[in-house]
Amino acid sequence: MARVLLFGPLRDLAGWRERDIESGSLAALRSLLAEEDEALGLALDGPGVQVAVDQALVRGDMPLGDGSEVAFLPPMSGG
Amino acid sequence: MIRLTDQPFDPGALLTAFAEGRSETGAIATFTGIARAEAGATAILELEAYPGFTEAEIGRIADQARARFGLHDLAILHRIGRIGPGEPIVFVATAAGHRRAAFEACDFLMDYLKSRAPFWKKEHGPGGERWIEPTAQDHADRERWDKETTG
Repeated sequence: MARVLLFGPLRDLAGWRERDIESGSLAALRSLLAEEDEALGLALDGPGVQVAVDQALVRGDMPLGDGSEVAFLPPMSGG
Repeated sequence: MIRLTDQPFDPGALLTAFAEGRSETGAIATFTGIARAEAGATAILELEAYPGFTEAEIGRIADQARARFGLHDLAILHRIGRIGPGEPIVFVATAAGHRRAAFEACDFLMDYLKSRAPFWKKEHGPGGERWIEPTAQDHADRERWDKETTG
């Protein structure tokens, strides 16, 4: 099980913040999420959305282990 | 010090503590960001972070600032949660041998915090709620530091 976290507008769009989802890779997780929620799938591929696995930013696909933490991070704005 | 807090803070007290016991620091610059009321349009500002990751990413920006400006020390305190108009959102202090480095490092840190630090900001007002994304100006402000490196 990977723990999936959504932040900012992604959380509002999906209606959840945190879920445990069985998935072997980041790409498989993306398709799974897109299949059950098309709008979320599109938003996760949207401009400026970054992905962190176990709190490190990643690009492209990567395998997910049991207990991996996957965070989808929309454009950030502090201050 | 790099810290997130869901409690209001006093920038004056932070500066006093930051300035204490320094004999080689010739300059301290500070910046305090305040939540604006936007003429009644914003009743509450809600700030979300990714605990652990947010502090680590700010830490990387802080390391860059230390190296680039030769800082003696720095402090960053950022609010999360619900913030009312007039309340401080962010406090940045930089300590250096001379004023130019302290001013510039403070400016640099704020430009990065505005558009690169992992925070998500939502405005709640009488007209509903909306997520705020960094503006073109925020991006341009940050990018000028990249230009100065190569130029």
